[in-house]
Amino acid sequence: MTALVIEAAGPGITLQDGGRHGYLRYGITAAGPMDPLMHATANRAAGNPLDATAIEVSTGGLTVTAEGGPLGIAMVSRSFRISLDGAAVPDAVALTLEPGRTLTVRAGASGAWGYLAVQGRIDVTPVLGSTATHTRSGLGGLDGRGLAAGDRLPIAEPRAGEVSPHRLVAPWLDRDPKKIRVVLGPQDDYFAADQIDAFLTGPWTVSPRGDRMACFLDGTPLKHAKGHDIVSDGVAMGAIQVPGNGLPIILMADRQSTGGYPKIATVIGPDLGRLAQAQGGTQLSFRSVTVAEAVAARRAERDALREPVPRDPVVRTDFASDFLLGLNLVGGVTDGRP
Amino acid sequence: MSENEPRLLDSGEAALVVEFGSTVDPAISDRVLALDDALGADPPEGLRERVPTYRSLMLHYDPLVLDREALAERVRALVAGAVARVGTPTLWTLPCCYDQPHGEDIAQVTERTGLSAEAIVATHAGATYRVYMYGFAPGFAYLGGLPKTLAVPRRASPRPPHPRNAVVIGGGLAAVATVPMPTGWYVIGATPARLYAPEREESFFIGAGDLIRFEPVDCATFDALDAREAAGERVARPEEASR
Repeated sequence: MTALVIEAAGPGITLQDGGRHGYLRYGITAAGPMDPLMHATANRAAGNPLDATAIEVSTGGLTVTAEGGPLGIAMVSRSFRISLDGAAVPDAVALTLEPGRTLTVRAGASGAWGYLAVQGRIDVTPVLGSTATHTRSGLGGLDGRGLAAGDRLPIAEPRAGEVSPHRLVAPWLDRDPKKIRVVLGPQDDYFAADQIDAFLTGPWTVSPRGDRMACFLDGTPLKHAKGHDIVSDGVAMGAIQVPGNGLPIILMADRQSTGGYPKIATVIGPDLGRLAQAQGGTQLSFRSVTVAEAVAARRAERDALREPVPRDPVVRTDFASDFLLGLNLVGGVTDGRP
Repeated sequence: MSENEPRLLDSGEAALVVEFGSTVDPAISDRVLALDDALGADPPEGLRERVPTYRSLMLHYDPLVLDREALAERVRALVAGAVARVGTPTLWTLPCCYDQPHGEDIAQVTERTGLSAEAIVATHAGATYRVYMYGFAPGFAYLGGLPKTLAVPRRASPRPPHPRNAVVIGGGLAAVATVPMPTGWYVIGATPARLYAPEREESFFIGAGDLIRFEPVDCATFDALDAREAAGERVARPEEASR
């Protein structure tokens, strides 16, 4: 059977589909992609359902090969350094991985997550209706854990892709992480008006200790108006809780389903990926929007993914780095190495 | 707005919190679960998940399918009508082994309460608990109804991961903790009944609002029942609870 073989994988690389929905009431977190828009874009480019299983690539880096036959691949990132047999290709690329060739993904100057979608179906057994990996509870993906060297992902109904690498043109992924839109609440009444202003204005610095569970912010601590303990209630992805130390924590894909700190605001769905892509040290602030504005942004996202993702051929002889940098195709090839 | 009307709080554009109160109270929980039942019986298209907690019902929805105002209207109408739960809760009897190695923190509870191990077991097994909600981890069931003499505060810092299906107490509550995790609670026993089994056809069988009693068993019985669970049987015994 055709398979994608993991030759090397850094920490935090997992299989994710659109998430495990329907079991939050039993304490089961949805998991799913940290950057839902980029995940869906990779699947769209691969011709898969938008919520199909894909590899979420962390800044730890990934090296893969194909076994048993050629595999069409869409690898989408912003500024990750991607290469095929050592030759640089664009940071969002569609290509065919022939057996014997090696695709390598490395972190770049910006961005925290990339997504590798295979043309065909990554054939792992769903658990509770989903293949999304939640490593803390050992659910989904490959035995509930992150991918590691030696893993073999069987690919059902494999399809070859572009004969030569094509750059994927997805301008909706060019998102500035400095301004994140939120809807205030559900517990904004636990904060005085000046503290809401202080929260929105920041600036906040993204702490490097974030993971799939939460994004931690450093800055001037917020003060609570009526204590920092609430009787636990539900927690949405993007909820911004403020614990006793006054420093906001944004709860992400692997969050717990309920929590007991006041939540001052919630990041809107369309900006979850924007936030997730912010590397440690990024400075950001928030802007309050209405539910209607957030829904409009969501609608625009959906519309962007209605059509096939546009693509331009990349001519192999043009791979000189100055040419690619001129086109801004591979930012980070010659600078910004971590 | 009448005092009895819940607050509708947005958590982003895809989740609405229907908040009936701010405390742990069976009467508030009843209202949460009555609305949960009513929405579950006839869910509007676009409603993705309902998450009952002590005091609120969180509704996750797809705002491109279900309009926020339409959902809010539906909730208000149902709250006006839904005053009681649709079904009768089930009373579950869960076997529980309090002996070593399962009741590994009982000595610490003795230190904090002054109760003997025998008194701790008798007190815990003598009570009837209400499942308020699941949260924290898969199948982690928060139980109200712990007798006050066992109301020890939670630990200041977590202990190492507990074994699976641990029966725990802390912060005035009881819980069944299915998945090994570091915990701030005290482990006083283990139940062979698996409240959460992802590979089982019915992965969960105890709902919020159901009642639980613990029945002490010795280690040999625990092992035998655990083997039956491993073979796919369910050893928790249900009966219809009178309310």
